[in-house]
Amino acid sequence: MALEKQRFDTLILGAGGAGLNAALQLANANLKVAVVSKVFPTRSHTVAAQGGVNAALANVLPDNWHWHMFDTVKGSDYLGDQDAIEYMCREAIPTVYELEHNGVPFSRLPNGKIYQRAFGGQSQNFGGEQAARTCAAADRTGHAILHTLYQQNIRAKTHFYDEYFAVDLIRDDEGYVLGALVLNIATGEPLLIESKTTLLATGGCGQVFRTTSNAHINTGDGMAMVLRAGLPLMDMEFFQFHPTGIAGKGMLITEGVRGEGGYLINKNGERFMEKYAPNAKDLASRDVVARSIITEVREGSGVGPEADHVLLKVNHLGEDVIAKRLPGIRESSKIFAGVDPVKEPIPVFPTAHYVMGGIPTDRFGRVMPSADDDGDHLPGLYAAGECACASVHGANRLGGNSLLDILVFGRLAGHNIIDYVKENSAHRSLDEASVEQAMSRLQKWDAKGDGITVSQLRNEFRKTMEDHAGVFRVEEMMVEGVEKVRQIRERLSQVRLTDHSSTFNTNRTEALELENLIDVGLSIAVSALHRKESRGAHSRPDYPNRDDKAWMKHTLYWMENDRLDYKGVRSQPLTVESFPPKERVY
Amino acid sequence: MVIQESDLSNIERLRWQCRRGMLELDVLLEAFLEQHYGDLPPRLKRLFVQLLEFPDPVIHAWCVGGEPPEDEEFLQLISTIRQTKVA
Repeated sequence: MALEKQRFDTLILGAGGAGLNAALQLANANLKVAVVSKVFPTRSHTVAAQGGVNAALANVLPDNWHWHMFDTVKGSDYLGDQDAIEYMCREAIPTVYELEHNGVPFSRLPNGKIYQRAFGGQSQNFGGEQAARTCAAADRTGHAILHTLYQQNIRAKTHFYDEYFAVDLIRDDEGYVLGALVLNIATGEPLLIESKTTLLATGGCGQVFRTTSNAHINTGDGMAMVLRAGLPLMDMEFFQFHPTGIAGKGMLITEGVRGEGGYLINKNGERFMEKYAPNAKDLASRDVVARSIITEVREGSGVGPEADHVLLKVNHLGEDVIAKRLPGIRESSKIFAGVDPVKEPIPVFPTAHYVMGGIPTDRFGRVMPSADDDGDHLPGLYAAGECACASVHGANRLGGNSLLDILVFGRLAGHNIIDYVKENSAHRSLDEASVEQAMSRLQKWDAKGDGITVSQLRNEFRKTMEDHAGVFRVEEMMVEGVEKVRQIRERLSQVRLTDHSSTFNTNRTEALELENLIDVGLSIAVSALHRKESRGAHSRPDYPNRDDKAWMKHTLYWMENDRLDYKGVRSQPLTVESFPPKERVY
Repeated sequence: MVIQESDLSNIERLRWQCRRGMLELDVLLEAFLEQHYGDLPPRLKRLFVQLLEFPDPVIHAWCVGGEPPEDEEFLQLISTIRQTKVA
């Protein structure tokens, strides 16, 4: 049967905040836009973002985009590109107002202005008093934004391909991206979407680790497509871990639990944080607490049959305090850990939360394919959101800046695509060889017979990533980890599907996702192995200090031969003075 | 939404629709589908299919957030979902 084809001005892969905000700009400009999403759009992971969006509106306390910029540069541990950060902090303000006008129900002050709450890492006057910069829609900000953008896109006649899985990008010999091959999950039929421009907005990749707070859909699909297209990923070693996820499951147990007086214990009942952080104890910074937990487990003081986690004790707070101040935690623990924290401690382990790295782009969302900082962008290919790296988060991300990143850069990529399509109004000829290559990726899963199952290899892979490329990173174990992941990649060819049906074949979709996870996982493991310093979320006990002289640079990883290259940080902002690197003290 | 009889028996489709934007719901709904869905009376199967159409924060509040639904039928379904073994 002939391959079905559709043509659009723009193809957007992913329907979270970045994809939908870009789609809305384009559809409002009367471009023909297709949005492909493997789940129904309002079930994208943006829905899980509860915190809010940073923008220096100064509605509650004095504020200024320049102060926001300072906080973001400092939070990035000086690895963020200061031109992109300036741009994001300036554009935050019109982006939030545009969302307001589109109908996002932000929480309000009595005077009618958007309410803004204070969050860690926000300061007035370049490191002074606490600022209040985060705009929220109660505790459902992500949902409110996603729902509003989806509704607006329906009004603007964006064409949605719901429950379609993106297989691979289609490119021609000159490097132009011509669209993508996608798979209709409901029918198992492939579809070729040709487009003048393609935006990758496929979100994060937390599922590379065994313990993650990310939804099951976060499998790094767009990142892996970029790798297979011969393009690099940037700064993949920078992964934010939250110290307390439910052990073996990953759901977040908020810092508020320790703020209320909860504390961590090992198998001997010892309050071990007293040893690692005598003053701050359980309220030490996220990375310190996460590393301390791992150290306890590695030294044999872990709890449980596998001695692979520690415990978070809260029962001393009493049922009334837990019921009043931590109601969600009690429910979550009962369901996912099988313990009632009123009676027993909660089993916890660091959980992978957010990837700072991703597909390298400039501040207009254009994909930058080389280590040459002044090099050309890739014609017609854009990326925005967690899958992209602009780079505004550098080595660590501030709270409230992730929703901001996806919304600002989704919007700006949309604007840039409008200009590109004006100048490139014709579709280029389809490259049949590239289509065949993408089709072969699908067809190889038709192989029948005995083999490893998808879930077997996935479990082994995710455990390997957690043990060898997670929070605790020392040379010897990382070298071993890279080798193990390479072997897992080899064994992917031995995986066989247990289901070969066409309709809603989750086994096949999960196999395609596993391939993506492994490719992206290797980019993390290899990039982390070679960065011999500690900066932001990347912590190397064997190289405990930040080394600005040798490592003030971005890592670029290519899949072919696991090649690495580096490019300098863009320390020069657009209109203001550069913030020089300083020791980060909060 | 109109629910057809065939919607109740298409387990693979339901499995994909248990893929949500929140990890908590992924884990809970997928485990519920495996462990309990097949044993439900048609009335509750229909209700589960209906539940999957609700926004994630609503399902989360009902199942995990300690804010159970007021509707008696949904309440019955949610309490079965909450008994699912995921640990």
